[in-house]
Amino acid sequence: MEHPLVKMEGIVKNFAGVHALKECEFELRSGEVHALVGENGAGKSTMMKVLTGVYQKDQGSTFYKGKKVDITDTATAQKLGISMIHQELNLSQDLTVAQNIFIGREPRKAIRLFLDDKEMNRKTELLLKQMNLDISPTMKVSELTVAKQQMVEIIKAMSYESQVLIMDEPTAALSDSEIDDLFRMIEQLKLKGVGIVYISHRMAELKRITDRITVMRDGVYINTMQTADVSIDRIIAMMVGREIYQPAKSERNTGGKSETVLQVKGLMRRNTLQDISFSLQKGEILGIAGLIGAGRTELARAIFGADQIDAGEIFIHDQKVKITGPHQAVKHGIGYLSEDRKHLGCLLDMDVKTNVVLATMNDFTKGLGWINNNRISETSIKIVEELTVKTPSIGQKLKFLSGGNQQKVILGKWLTRDCDILIFDEPTRGIDIGAKSEIYKLLESLVAQGKSIIMISSELPEILRISHRIIVMCEGRITGEFNNDDDITQEQIMACATNRTSSAKTEREE
Amino acid sequence: MKEAMIAAKKPAFSFKSALEQFLAFGSLILLIIFFSIASSNFFHFSNIVGILLSTAVIGVLALGSTFVIITGGIDLSVGTVMTLCSVMTGVFITTLGLPVYIGIIGGLLTGAVCGLISGIAISRFGIPPFIATLAMMMIAKGLALVISGTKPIYFTKSPVFMEISQGSLLGDLIPGFEVPNAVLIFFIAAIVGSVLLTRTIIGRYNFAIGSNEEATRLSGVNVRNWKIVIYTITGVFTGLAGILMASRLNSAQPSLGMGYELEAIAAVIIGGTSLSGGKGTIVGTVIGALIMSVLTNGLRILSVPQEWQTVVVGFVILLAVYVDNLRRRKA
Repeated sequence: MEHPLVKMEGIVKNFAGVHALKECEFELRSGEVHALVGENGAGKSTMMKVLTGVYQKDQGSTFYKGKKVDITDTATAQKLGISMIHQELNLSQDLTVAQNIFIGREPRKAIRLFLDDKEMNRKTELLLKQMNLDISPTMKVSELTVAKQQMVEIIKAMSYESQVLIMDEPTAALSDSEIDDLFRMIEQLKLKGVGIVYISHRMAELKRITDRITVMRDGVYINTMQTADVSIDRIIAMMVGREIYQPAKSERNTGGKSETVLQVKGLMRRNTLQDISFSLQKGEILGIAGLIGAGRTELARAIFGADQIDAGEIFIHDQKVKITGPHQAVKHGIGYLSEDRKHLGCLLDMDVKTNVVLATMNDFTKGLGWINNNRISETSIKIVEELTVKTPSIGQKLKFLSGGNQQKVILGKWLTRDCDILIFDEPTRGIDIGAKSEIYKLLESLVAQGKSIIMISSELPEILRISHRIIVMCEGRITGEFNNDDDITQEQIMACATNRTSSAKTEREE
Repeated sequence: MKEAMIAAKKPAFSFKSALEQFLAFGSLILLIIFFSIASSNFFHFSNIVGILLSTAVIGVLALGSTFVIITGGIDLSVGTVMTLCSVMTGVFITTLGLPVYIGIIGGLLTGAVCGLISGIAISRFGIPPFIATLAMMMIAKGLALVISGTKPIYFTKSPVFMEISQGSLLGDLIPGFEVPNAVLIFFIAAIVGSVLLTRTIIGRYNFAIGSNEEATRLSGVNVRNWKIVIYTITGVFTGLAGILMASRLNSAQPSLGMGYELEAIAAVIIGGTSLSGGKGTIVGTVIGALIMSVLTNGLRILSVPQEWQTVVVGFVILLAVYVDNLRRRKA
């Protein structure tokens, strides 16, 4: 029998005494798409980082085409033909497509000092043609859509003659038609005998594109199955190992109409927000739906004072307030959980306890700014227990926590501040199903305690499932508002979300 | 569970930080052992005191610089601002004939105001720290020359001013232990700096800003104001260095000071503080400053010409940062 492309056996990896991987295995055959699934923190990324030489395994062996190999760094992995396409793309925005693909090995002229751009562009053209991509080699990467940039990354990996391609959440930022393009590309790669490791949380995609599925949970290998033989429910059950929380519709219609906690009138911000007015009731979850670029994050940032507004009024508990910066928003009891958790949400290099008290440091000082470390520890332990944050200690740096646990620590920061109004921007992005249901449960319990929530989400089922009211945005304005007790459908919301401009609207009406 | 949460952190924490300090501290000890063996003149009480005394001014400047560098910023103005503070102290005490303590307060305030202005330029007007403090460097240099009329100001009328640096409180208390006050002040300043950085809200925000400024801002911390506070603190340390300098020379020398900022930054970096912010310690900075003085002093005792001493210090900086990078990669 032919040797599999990659075989990993008995892989063990510890971080500071914590088991990240326990006796894990993985096999990849040539010409297959092999999904690697599991909750965040299950060990998928760690496993792939061992394969690409980012981490060194503590025990176990890796075989490449039947030969035992020792992958000590990323260069070794690349030489073997193992490439990874990261979620965050690693392209230089100001260079052209060809320059990015050939970076570090540019074709030269006879006098080696001079670059041969013609040759480089020709080679790139060839590569692009092989994959039937309509991209010009001389275009700047910054002019391409995210989807096209991702394809350039894949082309770059293929130009290294890669045999193994690891894709981490490749469809996270893509639209449906772009996903189709990506899948066509994957099919072509399969024909060439490339083995693809496909990491994703989107179950429907796995069914569509993958041949086999390997499930991991809590750093342990669970099983590998033929995709065709297994149902989505079964995979989820294996991943989670527990019940998925699904709030009943009746249960969540308790949103009281008693008291308006936040009212926004005529909010304007040049080029991004136009005449936004809405209100938020006490104890309700207000969902904000819309496509990427509709101005939802911009609205959240404007309310929070992170960006300046050009016009408009904000009332909190019927009091007009002027918010010129986040510190004032926080003073008024508003908390904001950014969509970009890693860069804007938390301090990755600092420990859990510092992150928990970051918004309330003043409350933990005894005169003259002297910090009371004992109280900080007490509070952090309380938050860690309440929100069931998985961490070995409160002194653990946040970068060693999984995405879902980082999110909980950030939420803990705002709970410590006792914010009445919480703005969640894509709270479940990049979070696996199990942690997602935990976050929903948290949102439910928060509103039950009388807090009010604005939740921005790009996932319509999520919005429909959890919000009491929904507003829809398109091109910086509100194009629809629904009470979630009616039988509204995803189609109705999409219609508002794609309601481009007022002129387009009248055209359609005519 | 609760005990585990805290207990788990303690041994790991102290062990790691001990290791982090060890490299710089170990190299300092090695240097001292090396020079002690190489020359019998090195390990003498008077020579060690001489080393400490020569560390005091740069050391205090480096303490201040540690604060801004941990925010991910830089202050290029500390050298010439120090000179301006010396000159202002001279103006208050000698030219205006005011009491010495007014001169000291005046010197510290001058530093604070310069830091405040840099801080405002950086956080209110969005000028990058490098540029804002480069401008402040030239402003302070010019002002020091203008105010002094380009001539040194001597403190001959107030002999007590000299005592700030050159007297020895410790020597009065313990006969024979003649450690100059400048050294004592340097160590006290280091303790104050360390407490500020590790035990107060200023220090905690200092690290938070250096670690991720935008995330800190979005947590409702008034980052702009805190940065102004931090640059002002750097200014106060600079003022203190200016007073020590003037007292040691018994005069304010308006043309000195240029280049001191780079030596201060070098000390901070040798001490393991990262220029990209978020990481650093005062102990490291003190050790960094000591390493530089021990090197210069030891090389001088071995009769290495001064020009070559500078070359060696340059290589030591490269080595220190390289070793630090290696350690970080492993961690």
